[in-house]
Amino acid sequence: MNSAEADFRAAAADRILVFDGGYGTSIQKYGLTEEDYRGDLQLAKDQKGNNDLLCLTRPDVIGAIHTAYLDAGADMIETNTFSSTRIAMADYGCEHLVHEINIAAARLAREACDAATAGDGRRRYVTGSIGPTNKTLSLSPDVNDPGFREVTFDEMKATYREQCDALIEGGVDFLLVETCFDTLNAKAAGLAAREAAAASGRDVPLMMSFTITDMSGRNLSGHTVTAFWYALRHLKPLTIGINCAFGADKMRPYLSELAKDCDALILAYPNAGLPNELGQYDELPERTADLIREWVGEGLVNMVGGCCGTTPAHIAAIAKMVAGMPPRNVPPISVRTRLAGLEPFTMAA
Amino acid sequence: MNALSSSRFVNVGERTNVTGSARFKKLIMAGDYPAAVEVARQQVENGAQIIDVNMDEGLLDSEQAMTTFLKLIAAEPDIARVPVMVDSSRWDVIEAGLKCVSGKPIVNSISMKEGEAQFLDQARKCMAYGAAVVVMAFDETGQADTKERKVEICKRAYDLLMGIGFPPEDIIFDPNVFAVATGIEEHDRYALDFIEAVKEIREACPHVHFSGGLSNLSFSFRGNEPVRRAMHSVFLYYAIPAGLDMAIVNAGQLDVYDTIDPVLRDACEDVILMRRPDATERLIDLAESFKGQDKAAEKAAEEWRGWDVSRRLEHALVKGIDLHVVDDTEEARLAVAERGGRPIEVIEGPLMDGMNTVGDLFGSGKMFLPQVVKSARVMKKAVAHLIPYIEAEKEEGAKAKGKIVMATVKGDVHDIGKNIVGVVLQCNGYEVIDLGVMVPWSAILDTAREQGADIIGLSGLITPSLDEMVTVAEEMKRAGMDIPLLIGGATTSKVHTALRIDPAYDGPVIHVLDASRAVGVASQLLSDTQRDRFVENTADDYQKVREAREGKGQSALLPLEEARENGFAADMAEKAPSPAQPGVHVFDDWDLTDLRQHFDWTPFFRAWELAGTYPAILEDAVVGESARSLYADAQAMLDRIVEEKWLTARGVAAFWPCRREGDDVLLDNGTRLPFLRQQVKKSRDRANFCLADFIDPAGDWIGGFAVGIHGSEPHLERFKAAHDDYSDILLKALADRFAEAFAERLHQHVRTQLWGYAPGEQLTNEALIREQYRGIRPAPGYPACPDHSLKPILFDLLDAGTNAGITLTESQAMLPTAAVSGFYFAHPDSQYFGVARIGRDQLEDYAARRGMDVTVAERWLRPNLD
Repeated sequence: MNSAEADFRAAAADRILVFDGGYGTSIQKYGLTEEDYRGDLQLAKDQKGNNDLLCLTRPDVIGAIHTAYLDAGADMIETNTFSSTRIAMADYGCEHLVHEINIAAARLAREACDAATAGDGRRRYVTGSIGPTNKTLSLSPDVNDPGFREVTFDEMKATYREQCDALIEGGVDFLLVETCFDTLNAKAAGLAAREAAAASGRDVPLMMSFTITDMSGRNLSGHTVTAFWYALRHLKPLTIGINCAFGADKMRPYLSELAKDCDALILAYPNAGLPNELGQYDELPERTADLIREWVGEGLVNMVGGCCGTTPAHIAAIAKMVAGMPPRNVPPISVRTRLAGLEPFTMAA
Repeated sequence: MNALSSSRFVNVGERTNVTGSARFKKLIMAGDYPAAVEVARQQVENGAQIIDVNMDEGLLDSEQAMTTFLKLIAAEPDIARVPVMVDSSRWDVIEAGLKCVSGKPIVNSISMKEGEAQFLDQARKCMAYGAAVVVMAFDETGQADTKERKVEICKRAYDLLMGIGFPPEDIIFDPNVFAVATGIEEHDRYALDFIEAVKEIREACPHVHFSGGLSNLSFSFRGNEPVRRAMHSVFLYYAIPAGLDMAIVNAGQLDVYDTIDPVLRDACEDVILMRRPDATERLIDLAESFKGQDKAAEKAAEEWRGWDVSRRLEHALVKGIDLHVVDDTEEARLAVAERGGRPIEVIEGPLMDGMNTVGDLFGSGKMFLPQVVKSARVMKKAVAHLIPYIEAEKEEGAKAKGKIVMATVKGDVHDIGKNIVGVVLQCNGYEVIDLGVMVPWSAILDTAREQGADIIGLSGLITPSLDEMVTVAEEMKRAGMDIPLLIGGATTSKVHTALRIDPAYDGPVIHVLDASRAVGVASQLLSDTQRDRFVENTADDYQKVREAREGKGQSALLPLEEARENGFAADMAEKAPSPAQPGVHVFDDWDLTDLRQHFDWTPFFRAWELAGTYPAILEDAVVGESARSLYADAQAMLDRIVEEKWLTARGVAAFWPCRREGDDVLLDNGTRLPFLRQQVKKSRDRANFCLADFIDPAGDWIGGFAVGIHGSEPHLERFKAAHDDYSDILLKALADRFAEAFAERLHQHVRTQLWGYAPGEQLTNEALIREQYRGIRPAPGYPACPDHSLKPILFDLLDAGTNAGITLTESQAMLPTAAVSGFYFAHPDSQYFGVARIGRDQLEDYAARRGMDVTVAERWLRPNLD
């Protein structure tokens, strides 16, 4: 069998690929209780809301969601491990389960994915979801002490490394560092992922996804999408892109900026619009697909999917919409010294 | 030009380096990080594109200091927006720094000093963290001093780095700048060796960059700043073209090459280029006489700070110095308050005295517009400081001489001229209510009524605005108003005002030729004693214009058919070949540095009402000083525009196969471009031109383009907020220059490459400005095709909205305002001409060809009709 990367690149040259959608909304629909979440585990804290833990306690639910996305037309699904790092799991007192959750999650996704591939012969891919954690390397939580950091780069890198090792062991094809609100966190994650892949002896390409936290188009650490790309380009990611943030319509200008000067494949997966007054996403699948169509038509992306609030119905609508649309041509970019602060800086040749 | 004004050259800030700045070192040693952070902020504000951070000091925990400082500046968006250079001789400090930097930094530096293994290990880590790297020309045996050693070491390092997949563009070589003129003969070649080594390494190692620390060079002249500055400037003057593209340097410590004393400059060149054996001795002899020069000049410059506050304010206003004006205003306010006076007295007293001096100097031709606008900036800042105090006392503002409502009319977006007039009027004590651009007549009239305006002033640049001004005049008449109406702007004229606007309104209508006339006009109109006579004289004058026009018997028009028979017969055997690269060409970000080199400066000075041709204007006996100062400010702003990328030049060009059909050009895609023909009867030999004459009926090509300069808005807002009209107008005027230069440059690119009918063309910028090339690029709305409404057709063809981000207003003005569009004609005989007056027969014929109503066509072509 060809490497996942080679097959993925070949498919991406041919058509726009489809990524999966949100997990939170789908899990919510099962109306799970505290007992569902904790299962037989002996844990001190309440676990309701610890969605990643379901990989261990309700694998049937997570497996079913994976299958629903694959049935809806997704070419790639991600593991249900957005918060499965030692740092993020501390909130639930589940640090000791990090290794186990990531391995179980990768296997669940792998099984669903391989079953779909076996079904029709079209190769599907699993990417390991790596969230930003709930700590930041670039900002101080204490306004009176701007030089303070809750965590160091090395600690952050080590916690990412633990997650990456387990995801790779569980059999993911790629690693997706997503919702990057802090570019330095992303660098630590990227470095950990490269080191984990090298240690495993397997080629596990990296995917990176920026998120925007305000209407000025920057992430929380203040980087523009181009500065983010320049800061991470050395990791040679297979895909780079934008996820979460606001809805598809507002994402377009930033994708357009990124697409111009980027020689990686671009993956974008917006939320189903903005939440309503009740905090729920109510954008209908066709509407999301219509909004995405705008930038798909401009040749800005190679793979699209959904983030918060999107469901298998959204992914089905997106898959239908992109069918037959031409993918973005990855442009060769000139040889230039590309540096970055919060903003990009390119030196003349 | 200052060596640093090239954007190819990256200016690395050096003030946050404990080894280079005594002040910074003191702050860090004392643990005063907030003050140290301010040093970084100032550097970025002063134009550093990268900041070098170095904490190498024996008594310091360098790692701790490095990480603390980097974390602190990460929290300051004004500083963190630029990349960081993590600078240390210790790798552990560098690596600790890399773990705190979120963007893509530069590591300064690594070398082969400790052997290849360590060098490659550190280089791999730079790759892993994602950093570019400065590589010192240093190997196991020591630092490279000769050219041969520099070249050899750098090539070896390059090959090693290529071997581990290091991106070549992320390598910055520092081939070591050493001190020259030390009196030691072996040192004489150091500067020249550096320059020559850079040239050679650049050839051998594609994509690399070069950096150097300048201060070493002039080490033997410590304490003699004028000589050191001259040496640095001369060195850069030769090293930059050789390939040096980055230096750790204090921009304030460089001189403009052209302004260095020629004797000193020659002596420095002798030393740096090793032009004569006694160069060092001669420079040392000369150096003594330059020592201390700085201090004398500084002393003179600062002397005025010792004067009393009223005199200081006047001086600041006349000289346009805004540095101390808020402090001085506050001092004056306190002094007034102390003797029981009111804050308004500061305005009525010293500030108005100063502005009166400015007004007098301007009126008598001893000061020029750019200086006046600078003075206005000082005044605005002073007034802004006083306003809260004045409002707190609820007292009336200073009594203005009159209230003037000004606006650029609906459909038009140009406001440089209007803003200048506004500033000049304000400087002279008038209250100006500026409604901005694209203002509908209703808003102008409403504001004038609500505010009890004494005068309304209208401005516009494009020809459709002339009609809109007539509309405003008609509406003022309908509203029963009788206050004076002033008309200004590039396409307005006394003739148009007399013929079209004056008859539409019952009150006085005055065409104001330029800003310098505005005050005279306003003061006469608002004077009890002069008003009637002035109004009467103007009305008489306009009446004479009208009579002359009627009586003159305009030059006869040919019937359209005859004009067509006398059309221009181009030899179609000579027509240009098909385009080398047909299709649509989009340019998202044309290099501003390139455009800057193609500026036509003469219109820039004209915008500021300085008469003369560039460059002679800089030496002009009357306006030279003013022009030089304006030019220097323009260059300084250009440096920032280019270095900080304020603006983005976006453009599109395209070519379409077509053929001529009568006076139309019919594109193969079905689009019809109707053009107008000269109809004025010509003397025997001259043809009646139409643009269609340059196109072959048997099949040909036509092109089109649109270019726009984007991104000025946030800066203009910033200037507005800082009461800085001077910078506001300056930026707008420069954006216009960029747009024109872009149009010229794109045309050249089209001629030599895209269409490629003149591949061998070699023209200087002067020749380009004089349009000494084949082919033309006439614009809709300009004399050869005066119909602005062709623009939407052109824009659709080009998809200019998407491809260049340019949109059109209802009057077909382009947004952004700094924009140019037009058609390309490539036939060698194609030339510019003015359609001028056309007859009713052509109007009707044209309307039919355009498929538009005759009344609509009439509106667009009014300036060309009787």
